[in-house]
Amino acid sequence: MATRLDTKMVPIPSAGIVPERDSGKMPVLVAAHLGITFGGLKAVDDFNISVGPTEIAGLIGPNGAGKTTVFNLLTKVYEPTHGTILINGRDTHNMSTVEVNKAGIARTFQNIRLFNNLTVEENVKLGLHNSINYTTLEGVLRMPRYWKAEKEAHERALELLSIFDMQDLADYKAGNLPYGAQRRLEIVRALATNPKLLLLDEPAAGMNPSETSELMDNIIKIRDTFQIAVLLIEHDMNLVMGICEGIAVLNYGKIIAKGTAEEIQNNPAVIEAYLGKKKEG
Amino acid sequence: MLFLSNVINGLSLGSIYAIIALGYTMVYGIAKMLNFAHGDVIMVGAYICFFAIARFNLNPIIGILLAMVVCTVLGMTIERFAYKPLRQAPSLAVLITAIGMSYFLQNMAQLLWTPNIKVFPSVVGNGAIKLFDGQLTISYIALITMGACVVIMLMLSLFTGNSKMGKAMRACSEDKGAAQLMGINVNTTISMTFAIGSALAAIAGFLLCSAYPNLTPTTGSMPGIKAFTAAVFGGIGSIPGAFVGGLLLGVIEILAAAYISTELSDAVVFMVLVVVLLVKPTGLLGKKISEKV
Amino acid sequence: MKNVQRKISLNKTTKSNFVTYGIVIAAFVIMEILMAAGMVSSLLKGLLVPICVYVIMAISLNLTVGVLGELSLGHAGFMSVGAFSGAVVSMMLQSVIPDAIPRLLISLVVGAIFAAIVGVLVGIPVLRLNGDYLAIVTLAFGEIIKSLITNMYIGLDENGLHFSMIKQKFELAEGGKMLIDGPIGLSGMRKVDSFAIGIVLILLCLMIIFHLVNSKSGRAIMALRDNRIAAESVGINVTKYKMMGFVISAAMAGAAGALFASNYSALQASKFDFNTSILVLVFVVLGGLGNMRGSVIAAALLTVLPELLRAFSDYRMLAYAIVLIGIMLVTHNPAIADRLKQIKIKQYKKSADRKAAAMEKKMVRQTAKKEGK
Repeated sequence: MATRLDTKMVPIPSAGIVPERDSGKMPVLVAAHLGITFGGLKAVDDFNISVGPTEIAGLIGPNGAGKTTVFNLLTKVYEPTHGTILINGRDTHNMSTVEVNKAGIARTFQNIRLFNNLTVEENVKLGLHNSINYTTLEGVLRMPRYWKAEKEAHERALELLSIFDMQDLADYKAGNLPYGAQRRLEIVRALATNPKLLLLDEPAAGMNPSETSELMDNIIKIRDTFQIAVLLIEHDMNLVMGICEGIAVLNYGKIIAKGTAEEIQNNPAVIEAYLGKKKEG
Repeated sequence: MLFLSNVINGLSLGSIYAIIALGYTMVYGIAKMLNFAHGDVIMVGAYICFFAIARFNLNPIIGILLAMVVCTVLGMTIERFAYKPLRQAPSLAVLITAIGMSYFLQNMAQLLWTPNIKVFPSVVGNGAIKLFDGQLTISYIALITMGACVVIMLMLSLFTGNSKMGKAMRACSEDKGAAQLMGINVNTTISMTFAIGSALAAIAGFLLCSAYPNLTPTTGSMPGIKAFTAAVFGGIGSIPGAFVGGLLLGVIEILAAAYISTELSDAVVFMVLVVVLLVKPTGLLGKKISEKV
Repeated sequence: MKNVQRKISLNKTTKSNFVTYGIVIAAFVIMEILMAAGMVSSLLKGLLVPICVYVIMAISLNLTVGVLGELSLGHAGFMSVGAFSGAVVSMMLQSVIPDAIPRLLISLVVGAIFAAIVGVLVGIPVLRLNGDYLAIVTLAFGEIIKSLITNMYIGLDENGLHFSMIKQKFELAEGGKMLIDGPIGLSGMRKVDSFAIGIVLILLCLMIIFHLVNSKSGRAIMALRDNRIAAESVGINVTKYKMMGFVISAAMAGAAGALFASNYSALQASKFDFNTSILVLVFVVLGGLGNMRGSVIAAALLTVLPELLRAFSDYRMLAYAIVLIGIMLVTHNPAIADRLKQIKIKQYKKSADRKAAAMEKKMVRQTAKKEGK
């Protein structure tokens, strides 16, 4: 599979790999020995990853491997039973989902979770929620700060929507958007929270090849304009091999391989996980 | 000894709650709706018993059977004409319809049978078993109530566990769409659930009025709400939950009335409910539901 | 072009809000004119304040059910807290502030504050639960509040305020005044003509809700309703905003309760039972979830309806029940819903055709103009 990249991956002290350009900087995400057990079943076990501050990383694996569970652990939807997560060097132990978001992780969901009865613009403004500065009382009394902050938020929302050329949809109800637009809106909403790391859960699901290709360009564009890291789960290998610099492969809750697209494609363990074992003889 | 006698009174009251709660919990489990009219079906059952026994001097057993038939038909009719057209409607719309149905039954009863109190005939008599040299008395009606509750509970468990219709009910409560694809007639199953719930309501009506003989068109409301609370207490949708919840609620109510204050017993009952739900948010025996992310 | 469109849509919400204010004000003006002309029956006159009360109850419950998205079956409990706390304070101030209107205003504020406090206390456990379990716990709290107030004895004498939950332990010095007498409740209150204040209170509550919904906090509350997990993922504090919606709703119900009390000379806690909560819920559902104007109209009409049905005397509550079931069946019947949709589509097509035709005409005219030049 063709890759659009020629990033060189280098090892870093926290025992992971990041793109060479990020090697001197603190990784935006380090997860070490992360794990969770559901009723005796180890859904994720000894998961380790580090993501550089401008890296586009991929997390792949067969269905049921535990990829989404990793996202849920990173965003504290589930509290990990063991292991540590560092966001920009900060331990997220005992942080809630809300605090993790404030610390710099934003995400999208595999099964789209928009605020369906609110407009597209309101959805983005909810992403901006913590950067809009006025109190409830000022809002109810319509004080000058309300008007000023709302105007700024409106402009910022349209600006963010323009990444995907969606500013014309601002007044539509999010629930009425076509599927692809809903996926894109989720990304915009996540970006609005001003994250340092963006987690995308199957962003290309349900998209046709040309939409996927456009999405790939957009992910790179987002990384370049916002200077943030992206970690994505995806089944579309064209997308993963095309834009992901570091790739981790998960199977039965365990990482079975890590490396660049090329390394992953030639890794026997990965081939076995996806295609099964070659018969002897 | 007084404590024991209070507990037994509580179990007896709780048995009535449990029988009513079964109706709520079964309907909720399958149709996912709060059937607010259930309490009023109890009232109708009690009136039918009253007229059959006190006015037409029928044998009490026949009276109860007659009430069961009437209530079954009533329950199925309500389901067919008021709830079935709203199968796809939002749950609040169904809730309001059920509330409307409750008003309808109460006001219909008021028109047909006047709002005046009717004194329910004492069928079982005031006899009682005396134990421990008369220190502990258990009235016959309490014994019958508790016995009826246990028998109903066992029969329902056998029914839902083993019979074809019972299995269909469980399948529908898990996933109506899938059940339909497996060839289960969902409409018949729901109708059947209402039939069983309403027949039980008739029995509950008889037992309730035998213990508390003042019969009015609003007789069913408060026991209805309490039984509904009991169903939630035990974990709504769960049949053993309704049994346990009903019994506990009855005991707590009687004990609170005896040792705290009669006037505050309702408040105590509801406070216990709040505490239980805070510790176990889906009731004592309810299934834990977690949203998949 | 884009900006123009934005302005229009923003104005649409504002316009719709002003229509709602307008309806309330118009209703007030019409009633005042009719009353001045002596055309209002004493029955309807007696209903004016209860109508205001139920309108406020409905819009405040709509905030919980429609905007926050949690079913509450105990809204009357907050009304009760507001009614009793407001009335008690008003009676205590009788000697200090002889004028009824300022006393009423104080009692409204006190009622709102007490109900808000109870709202916080109830909200802490309640808002940890979900769905039907949350609903049943609000029902439980409604009953607990009713039960507690029914067993509350409060009196005032020269030694100050006395309070007890047990009648036997309650004693007042000679000349003391009983304020809340357990099951007998409040008595000896002075009735106040509070229709105009009621209307102002409706407008105030509407304004608070409209402004809230169109602000940061209101958006957060609606986000919780639509998708709690997504809301958390963008950094919205679930507990804070759930509590905010719930407490504002409770405070408004408290003020409504205080207003309600001002219309009676005696009041029992049993008046604010489960049936009252359900009655208000019926207004909300019939008016449409999240639709404040609908709540206003439904509450006003359905409060008057039983009186209009008086002609049916004994049958009126039965008729009310049938109307209720009928409305639900008609509005949610799939066949009828489809039919309505088709009519809407037809109308839409018609208006679209008309617009297209108008556009064409305009174009023709413009080209004609150009050619004329």
